[in-house]
Amino acid sequence: MTSLSSGVRPGRTRGRGEPTRARYSREEVVTAAIFLLPALVVIGLFVMYPIVAAGQISLTSWNGFDPVKEFIGIDNYVRLAQDPEFWNSLLVTAVYAVGVCVLSVASGLAVALLLDAPIRGRGIYRSIYFLPAVTSSVAAAIVWKYLLDPAGFVNAVLAQLGIAGPDWLQDRWLALGALTLLTVWKNVGFNAVLYLTALQALPQSIYEAAQLDGAGAPTRLRFLTIPLLAPMTFFVVVEALITSFQSFDLVYVLTEGGPRGGTEVLGMLTYREAFRLGDFGYGTAIAFVTLALVLGVTLVQWRVSGSGRSALR
Amino acid sequence: MRPARFAQSWRHIVLIAGSLLVVLPFLWMFTTSLQSRAETYTSTSLLPTSWHWENYAKAWDAAPFGQYYLNSIVMAAGIVAGHLVLDGLAAYAFARLRFPLRNVIFVVLLAALLVPTFVTVIPAYSLVASFRWIDSYAALIVPRLADVFGIVLLRQYFSSIPLELEDAARIDGCSRAGTFFRIIVPLSKPAFATLAIFSFLFAWNDFLWPLLVTNTDQFRTIQIGLSAFQGRYGTSWNYLMAGTLTATVPSIIVFMFFQRALVRGVAASGLKD
Repeated sequence: MTSLSSGVRPGRTRGRGEPTRARYSREEVVTAAIFLLPALVVIGLFVMYPIVAAGQISLTSWNGFDPVKEFIGIDNYVRLAQDPEFWNSLLVTAVYAVGVCVLSVASGLAVALLLDAPIRGRGIYRSIYFLPAVTSSVAAAIVWKYLLDPAGFVNAVLAQLGIAGPDWLQDRWLALGALTLLTVWKNVGFNAVLYLTALQALPQSIYEAAQLDGAGAPTRLRFLTIPLLAPMTFFVVVEALITSFQSFDLVYVLTEGGPRGGTEVLGMLTYREAFRLGDFGYGTAIAFVTLALVLGVTLVQWRVSGSGRSALR
Repeated sequence: MRPARFAQSWRHIVLIAGSLLVVLPFLWMFTTSLQSRAETYTSTSLLPTSWHWENYAKAWDAAPFGQYYLNSIVMAAGIVAGHLVLDGLAAYAFARLRFPLRNVIFVVLLAALLVPTFVTVIPAYSLVASFRWIDSYAALIVPRLADVFGIVLLRQYFSSIPLELEDAARIDGCSRAGTFFRIIVPLSKPAFATLAIFSFLFAWNDFLWPLLVTNTDQFRTIQIGLSAFQGRYGTSWNYLMAGTLTATVPSIIVFMFFQRALVRGVAASGLKD
C-alpha cells in the first residue's frame, strides 16, 4: 500500500538456509494475527455481521422477538415504494440534505477564509466556532428547542422589535429550516478547520503569480482558491450528506419528527418503524435504501467534482 | 500598512458577529440555568440577571444525574481504553506487518465507514439482546471496543515513523511485538492523545446506541437521562438548562484542555484521501 511496506529492507539480514520462496515471514504473520484478532472480532461481530444480517432481516417480517423470521421476499421494499410516509421522509431528507450541504460549504469556507490571515486571537476564534461540535446533540437540540419556543428567547426578542414571531417548531417548513440551521451550526467549526487545513496547504507561488498578473482578491478567490479547494469541498459535501442521511439525535430531541412528519428524516422513520412499531424487517429495508442513496449520491458527486477538476487542468 | 490594518479590523468585526451567533445558545443556557422560574418566561437577557445556583442542586435531586454521570464515565473509560489498545494493535499490523489479504481487509473496513448506523444497529441490537446484555455495561461498551476511524488514524501516524528506528531495534533482537511496544507506542503519543479525545467525545455524546440498550436509570447514560429529563421537566427551563449544562461541561473541559490534539485529528481526517 505504501512504499514503507516493501519487503526487503536495508539492514535486514536473511539467513543462508532461509527459503526465498516464503513471501511472508512467519513471525510477522503470527504477530499480525494476534494484533488484529481483538479488533476484528469486535468489528466483525458488531459491524460486519450486522450488515450481512440486515440484508437478510430486510427480507422478513421479523418483529425483533420471534424466534422465527418469516421470509417475505421483497415485500418490505414493495411496501416502501407505496408508503406515503416513506416518500414524505425522502422529500424531507432531500431538502434537509441539500440545505445542510450548501450551508456547510458556505459557512465552513467563509469562516476558514476569515481565519486564513495573520490576525490576533485566531486560536480563540477557532475554539469558539468549534464549541458546538463538541457539545452533545441532545444538549444542543434541547437549547435550540427552548430558544425557538413560542415563549422563548427568539420570539421574545422579535416581540421587542414589534414582530409577532411564529411557532417555529409547529410549522412544517420552519421546523425543517430550524433543524437545518441547528445541524449547520453544530458543524461549522469542524468544516472551517477542514477548509483551513486545505487553504494552508495551497502553494503561495500561484497567488504571487496571480497578483503580479493583476488579479484582484475577488478574482483570485473565484478562479484560484475555490477551484483549488474542490477536493476538500467534495469531502465536506460527502460528510454533510452522510450526516443528513444518518441524522437522528438532533431530530429526536428537537421535534421527534414532527410536526406531522415535517422533519421525519430517514433516520427518524427507521427508528419509529423498527423500535417503536416493532417492525425490524421494514426498518432494515428503509436503512438499506438509505445506504443505497448515500452511495449513489456520493458516486454522482464524485463524478461531477472529478470532471469539474479535470476540466480545469 | 494602513489598508492591511483596515482589512484586519473588517475581519474581526465579521468574526465577532459570527462568534456571537455561535455562542448565543450557550450564553442563554447558562443565564437561564441561574434564573428563577418566573424570570425564565420574561427575561430576554443573555447575561445572568440573578444567581440561583440552587437550581443545579434541584435538578440533580429531581433526576439521578449522579448515576447517569457515573454510567457515562464508565462507558467512556471502557470505550477509550478499548480504542487505544485494540485500534493501536490493529493499526500497527496494517502499517508495518506483511500478511495475506492485508489490503483487502483494510479496504473492507474502510467501506464499512460509509454504511449508515441504522443498517447495523438493528441486527447489532438483536445480537446484544440474544446475549442478554440489555441494561448492562457490557452492552454499552463491548460492541464499541474497536472502531475503524481509530485504526485509520493510528495507521497513518505509524506509517510516518521512519523505519530505521525499528530496524535498529530489530537488529538488536527485538521481536515485532517488542518494537511496537518499545519504539512505536512511545513515539506515537500525540496520535494516541488525539484518538483518546475523539473517542471520549464520541462516547460522552453518544445517543442512539445507549438509548436502545438501556431501559432503567441504573444504566442510562447522561445523554439518555437528559433527554428523559427534558420530557418530564419541559416547563422548568431553569432546572432543565442546569441539567443540560452539567451534561455538557465534561466535553467542553476536555475540548478546552486538548483542543490542539483534537484540531490536529480533524485536519488529519480531511487529508486522508
